Amino acid sequence: MISKLTYAERETAFAIALATLVGGLALGIAGRNDVLGWQGVIVVVFAIAVLRPLMSSYYEPPVAEDRKVTYYDDPTKVGIVLAMVWAVFGMFMGVWVASQLAWPELAFDGAWSSFGRLRPTHTTGVIFGFGGNALIATSFHVVQRTSRARLAGQISPWFVLFGYNLFCVLAVSGYLMGITQSKEYAEAEWYADLWLVIVWVTYFILYIGTIARRKEPHIYVANWYFMAFILVVAVLHIVNNLALPIAWGQAKSYTIWPGVQDAMVQWWYGHNAVAFFLTAGFLGMLYYYLPVRAQRPIFSYRLSILSFWGITFFYMWAGSHHLHYTALPHWVQTLGMTFSVMLLVPSWASAGNALLTLNGAWHRVRDDATLRFMMAAAVFYGLSTFEGSFMAIRPVNSLSHYTDWTVGHVHAGALGWVALITFGSIYTLVPALWKRERMYSATLVEVHFWLAIAGTLVYVFAMWNSGVIQGLMWRTYTGEGTLAYSFVDSLVAMYPYYIARAFGGLLFLVGVLVGCYNIWMTIASAPLAASEKTDAPLLPIAVPGE
Amino acid sequence: MDFDHQSLVLFAKSWGLLYLMGFFLCVVLYAFWPSNRKRFDRAKNSILDRDDRP
Repeated sequence: MISKLTYAERETAFAIALATLVGGLALGIAGRNDVLGWQGVIVVVFAIAVLRPLMSSYYEPPVAEDRKVTYYDDPTKVGIVLAMVWAVFGMFMGVWVASQLAWPELAFDGAWSSFGRLRPTHTTGVIFGFGGNALIATSFHVVQRTSRARLAGQISPWFVLFGYNLFCVLAVSGYLMGITQSKEYAEAEWYADLWLVIVWVTYFILYIGTIARRKEPHIYVANWYFMAFILVVAVLHIVNNLALPIAWGQAKSYTIWPGVQDAMVQWWYGHNAVAFFLTAGFLGMLYYYLPVRAQRPIFSYRLSILSFWGITFFYMWAGSHHLHYTALPHWVQTLGMTFSVMLLVPSWASAGNALLTLNGAWHRVRDDATLRFMMAAAVFYGLSTFEGSFMAIRPVNSLSHYTDWTVGHVHAGALGWVALITFGSIYTLVPALWKRERMYSATLVEVHFWLAIAGTLVYVFAMWNSGVIQGLMWRTYTGEGTLAYSFVDSLVAMYPYYIARAFGGLLFLVGVLVGCYNIWMTIASAPLAASEKTDAPLLPIAVPGE
Repeated sequence: MDFDHQSLVLFAKSWGLLYLMGFFLCVVLYAFWPSNRKRFDRAKNSILDRDDRP
């Protein structure tokens, strides 16, 4: 990695890592009387971990590499490995917290290991750690191939990747120490949020810069989705995290949004995190890796454009369906509900487009578990977007809200759609990037596929049952007009489903471990002969960094 | 200027609708404009070039 950098680039990398180290020191000193100090320590350790390999090979001669004819795939490779590491961590935490609900003694009476602190490590670990790294890695790969241009930077991809992982580490370690903003999917505190803004703006500039040097006349639709993901996540993150720390040496901050406006901003953020983090970016993956794997162009390119603008513009308004029957003005709730229902059209257009692309290639779907991962992802995408539109309808929401049905819905999307499309993309990418003919074992891909499907179905069915029972028990009245069941009654009814849910999650986690082993063995196997086709951009391009 | 609830709702219900329908129309025109067909066809097939060369 470092050998491919010129001396000037190593200098830049060194300066950035050193600046990060100084920043960490400052944070540690300013926060020495608070848990914030420990967060500073983590930044320093992270910076040293980057600096050490950089310094040890600082004066090694640079490897001659013709940047005009090669893509820059090292950041993608590292990103894939990091994504899988985060997947194991995040899903293990998920299985742990799920088990805590069935067997509360698994919290071991520790403050750090209580449900409230562990749960955000699961959500951040899987959404931002696993999903985010997968998005960054694949977006770097896709933008280069579809633009036929090398990444517009040699250091900035590394800054984006490592900077982003520093954010994730800060967030997760902070939760264990009790640091939280108490905002769903935005729990990280102000200093981590500021850092992410810097990283994310760099990501955006890098992406736009790469597209600007494209050799293709048209920007392929996958890039539109990735760009929407990067741009909108920046806007959401900044607006939702506007907060004032109580002091520069304190981790705690307060949002500038008051009352119901805070709730609205939070769920405008929260639902668009689902829309642009967990949907738009992964649709970018779908629109590239599914046609490539199936060796068929997308069924309708026009439809992909229509659904792109439909998804981007409708999703923006859907967030208020999280606040049905609250102090939020009724018409705003209705607005969110209406847009959520309308969203079904572009969502199903995307899912249908993906499935119709496979028409004529169904024998491949049967034989190739990698392609089947992506097919199943499209099916789950269709199912969970239908479910989401349905649950956003106010009377339905009165039954489903605050119950496990919501949890089941989220996991139908996160496991069935996000994770499956990611695994399909990774299994397509790994042999291509490491120049192997195929994955180490096709059988293990098959095993992973069925573990993932079984795990998802067990999980989702358990939560549907649990959620509907819970919702009905909460609204059942006796003849005298009092509630028929106490809250504890509903908990007792949940018990078998909580066990089933933890088991479903465990199956999914085992599948991921199988995947990790398979990827590891693929990387460790012998590469193809060098005479094989080269994977290079079309025409000479400007050399980055000059 | 002071916006009361009523005028905000009125604005959303009138201009909001026009803006969305106008936007929808632009996207449809772009997607179905005959001369765009060639670029779209090229784009959707270009990702399948196996040798990654012209």
